[in-house]
Amino acid sequence: MATNTNDDTIITTGVQQINTNERNRPDETVVEASDLDVYYGHDRAIDDVSIEIPEKKVTAIIGPSGCGKSTFLRCINRMNDQIDVARVEGDLYFHGKNVYDDDVDPVALRRKIGMVFQKPNPFPKSIYDNVAYGLRVQGKDDEVDLDEAVERALRGAALWDEVNAKLDASGLDLSGGQQQRLCIARAIAPDPEVILMDEPASALDPIATSKIEDLIADLTQDYTVVIVTHNMQQAARLSDKTAVFLTGGELVEFDDTTKIFENPNDQRVEDYITGKFG
Amino acid sequence: MSTQTDDTPFTGIDLDWEHRKNRIFLGIIVAASMFGVVMLALLLLDVATDFYRGQTEFGISLVDFFTRDGSRREELAGFRGAIVASIMLMLFTAILAFFVGVGSAIYLEEYAPDNRITRLIEANLANLAGVPSIVYGLLALAAFVNGVGMGPILLAGAIALALLVMPIIIVSTQEALRAVPDGMRNGSYATGATKWQTIRQVVLPAAMPGIMTGTILALARAIGETAPLIMVGALFTNRIALGPFDRFSAMPTQIYNWAAEPSQHFIHLAATGIVVLLTFMFVMNGIAIYLRNKYERDL
Repeated sequence: MATNTNDDTIITTGVQQINTNERNRPDETVVEASDLDVYYGHDRAIDDVSIEIPEKKVTAIIGPSGCGKSTFLRCINRMNDQIDVARVEGDLYFHGKNVYDDDVDPVALRRKIGMVFQKPNPFPKSIYDNVAYGLRVQGKDDEVDLDEAVERALRGAALWDEVNAKLDASGLDLSGGQQQRLCIARAIAPDPEVILMDEPASALDPIATSKIEDLIADLTQDYTVVIVTHNMQQAARLSDKTAVFLTGGELVEFDDTTKIFENPNDQRVEDYITGKFG
Repeated sequence: MSTQTDDTPFTGIDLDWEHRKNRIFLGIIVAASMFGVVMLALLLLDVATDFYRGQTEFGISLVDFFTRDGSRREELAGFRGAIVASIMLMLFTAILAFFVGVGSAIYLEEYAPDNRITRLIEANLANLAGVPSIVYGLLALAAFVNGVGMGPILLAGAIALALLVMPIIIVSTQEALRAVPDGMRNGSYATGATKWQTIRQVVLPAAMPGIMTGTILALARAIGETAPLIMVGALFTNRIALGPFDRFSAMPTQIYNWAAEPSQHFIHLAATGIVVLLTFMFVMNGIAIYLRNKYERDL
């Protein structure tokens, strides 16, 4: 990532990239949900969702507020475990292993699946320590050159040039957009396979948003990205696959992004995308 | 006021009485809030006057005051032993109360399930914080001074004070932990940290300024407590305590003792002691406020 070799393959409009050879290879499924239900107490937040998320692509999850898209995202790395009343039924596979099996440690799972949140949440530590945090808690700080890993992660998050002179400054002193890229750097530093993003740009201004979007496109070289967004243009620009959730936690349609935005099968999806609903 | 003949759109709306009520009420609440300030000022003035008279009329030398221990002879009595004992008391109180207090706050806030037992513990903590301090003194007297047979030593006083301030430390630590945004915890979990790593490396550092502020304020309360120390028997006013197992008298008990003497010289020694004690408390409160302001923006 240090050398930017892909000036002409940067995905600015994911839609056009679909038909290149790189994109045509058969999809390898990384995360697969099968008849997944999530309840908060007695309320059903996710209703019988089945989906296969392909490796090293951007999968966007769109839908109106309260449709369960964030809940679904938080199922993938079992962040819903943090919520006492949340209950998951059905199966969710990561490389064929059901992550809700008793022998799966959610901490281990989250070391494979990183996450970036809606609101930037850097720790009240230095920029360096923020990025190194994952490597340290995962005990990898002995195996790798920490300085190098931090630099690589910050470059990967397109933040290195802005902060390399002040790595000791507090992560909280950065602007909102920089904080979010710092959180992305923190997520990619321990080198997970999948990165979940929960509306990562919704709290940011347009310039910061476009930086994050460029970054997400770059991330697919190494990572599988699942991004929840309620910005349909963003989903159209960024993603290879799009899943549309509608109210009630139902997955209405999941297909190539071009198909979803140009010729969806389901009338409700068309209504939602054209703004007639939601 | 409204004798003009030309009508405005507001003719007939008479607000005079309403505005007067506003001013009256404002006056009452300003007076109420000034009451405390005036009382504090009077108190300080009284202490300062006695301190000044002690310096001038009774020739109390501050140098002697800080370098001599208590004595039966008024011209030889000083405050050093009491200051040393109070500082040691604070030290042992802090050690005893801090770890237990912060530990139980972490358990209650981060681990404990929200069930009846947890609520019972929290209700009890609130009650403990309201127990009169003399009761803690009686407890320490019965359990440690006599029960275990420690005798009236400094450590027994520290235990009484630690019991007294522990609920305060627990409650203020809980508040500091609650103020750490859940986003930070989630960020840590999502990076593959365990619960303890999250608490140790993210939550506690973020909450530490608040915890320190609460602890210092609790110790500032403990340093002025007299009743529990009297119960423990901290009235060995004429010598200096050299360790936690020595008999002792702390600043408030020394002042109490002097103030009970008939001699005016002793009474003015007490006033001088009060000034020193108040200075300690103001400094501790000042540090707490400084810490709070310094780290406030970070969360």
